[in-house]
Amino acid sequence: MAEPILSLNEVHTYISQHHVLQGVTLDITAGRPTVFLGRNGAGKSSTLRAIIGLNPVTSGEIYLSGEPIQGLKPYEIARLGVGFVAEDRAVFYNLSVEENIRLSMLHENEEARHRMEMIFELFPDLKRYWRSNAGLLSGGQKQMLAIARALVNNHRILLIDEPSKGLAPIVVDQVGESLIQIKDQSTIILVEQNFHLASLVGTDYFILDDGRVVREGLMEDLRDDQEIKHKYLGIG
Amino acid sequence: MHSEGAIQAKTWAIRIAFIGIWFLPLIWIDLTTYIVLTTAGLAFGMLLFMVAAGMTVIFGLMDVLNMAHGALFALGAYAGGYWILNLLEKLGWVAYGTAAQSLVSLLLAISAGAAAGALLGIIVERFIIRGVYGDHLKQIMITMGVLYVMTEVTKMIWGANPEVVLVPMMFRGSYDIFDVIIGKFRVVAIIVGLAMFAGIQLVLMKTKLGLIVRGGVENREAVQAAGYNINLIFTGVFTVGAALAGVGGTMWSIFQEQVYPEIGLENIIFAMIVVIIGGLGSVTGSFLGAIIVGLSFNYVAFLLPKLALGVNILIMATILLIRPWGLMGKE
Repeated sequence: MAEPILSLNEVHTYISQHHVLQGVTLDITAGRPTVFLGRNGAGKSSTLRAIIGLNPVTSGEIYLSGEPIQGLKPYEIARLGVGFVAEDRAVFYNLSVEENIRLSMLHENEEARHRMEMIFELFPDLKRYWRSNAGLLSGGQKQMLAIARALVNNHRILLIDEPSKGLAPIVVDQVGESLIQIKDQSTIILVEQNFHLASLVGTDYFILDDGRVVREGLMEDLRDDQEIKHKYLGIG
Repeated sequence: MHSEGAIQAKTWAIRIAFIGIWFLPLIWIDLTTYIVLTTAGLAFGMLLFMVAAGMTVIFGLMDVLNMAHGALFALGAYAGGYWILNLLEKLGWVAYGTAAQSLVSLLLAISAGAAAGALLGIIVERFIIRGVYGDHLKQIMITMGVLYVMTEVTKMIWGANPEVVLVPMMFRGSYDIFDVIIGKFRVVAIIVGLAMFAGIQLVLMKTKLGLIVRGGVENREAVQAAGYNINLIFTGVFTVGAALAGVGGTMWSIFQEQVYPEIGLENIIFAMIVVIIGGLGSVTGSFLGAIIVGLSFNYVAFLLPKLALGVNILIMATILLIRPWGLMGKE
């Protein structure tokens, strides 16, 4: 079996006095879009934030292609090829769409310009509103901009936190389409409450509960497993 | 809650008042005097902008209310205006130097003022302000303390009495253009102030660094996750803001031809007035605020000398009544 692109081994984190992640252990295989599922407060977003370095790891290890990255600063991890699309979309409202993209572009070279063309094909609205303030975009457009900001660099891994949150169903489908189109370019790790979107994008899944991984497997198996879906996700 | 229309009406009222300040005095003053006063007002305004620019940059980009700005300003005045110019005078470059020597003397003085301000700024940020990020009250208290301590340290080093600051030969005297007398150093002050404003705007609006800084002001975490060391960048911003204070101090001391320990304490009040009128954190606002204060001070000083000082406070109070967030600040 190939070496995992990302491994977490007994990762613990705290937010003030709350023991949020209580020993998360998982392996992500390169090129296989992976979904973190679970109820609110299960530790899904916290796991993403621990990977990118925004939530300090108090114990345990995180390996990126075999190299330990726990303890590194978020900007150092980002420069190792980990893109992050935050739950709140984290677009810069007072900057234009162009400035949002340029800010995220770590290297302004030919490859980045080529990626921009691909982004415009994926999200034509961004080209239309290129000079507009990002704060004026709709919720769906902001989400597209947030994903585009991560796509503009050649990231090995893309961490995407609840892209469907607060979006109308038709926009969720659009976002899903875009994620399907980019899943060959980076290894996507998706946190998602919308099971439909998760099953569209994901190949593998991990279910988290109380800050631990409680189930893992293939999304195609989970789709038909009503018992697990009911027990851990409250659906089915 | 204000309606959109009411806010726009108030904004236009301020714009008209701003333009009115330029022309209203013509009712009472003849054209030649008016031009002289306007030039002097613009020079004074640019010097005020130099005092306030660093302060507003640091607040706007880092959300830090740095009253120690006065100490950085004072150190710039002593290091650039007093120490370096006296040193160069020993070489005969300042009081009786050639045009080239005068120009180099001024540039060296400004550079020394900037370096001194930046150096003290790094120390203040690292050891004083880093512990009080996010707490405005603590920032004001502790940085005010730094200002008072530095004022006393200045007295220990350079003495309590005012010291004469030499004006480089090339910038002494006045230009006489069709009977309009314009002080040479006033022209220099206007040029340096405009260059400072243009430089700040250029970096913030046209460079990648400016983009990262503006993004970081909005969302530090997102900028970090995008691959940038935001702490290092913000320390750099503070250092630049401190250097601007040093430049302001140097220019002010040469303009006034003297330096004294309380120079920082006195000018922090001017800086506050300008920054508040312009809107906390807005460089353009401070620029406009400085021009308003500079012009109105000179016009009123000529027409009603006793009201000259009070008019700044009156303008500040009026603008705050109409737009509590200042000319260009955010509501």
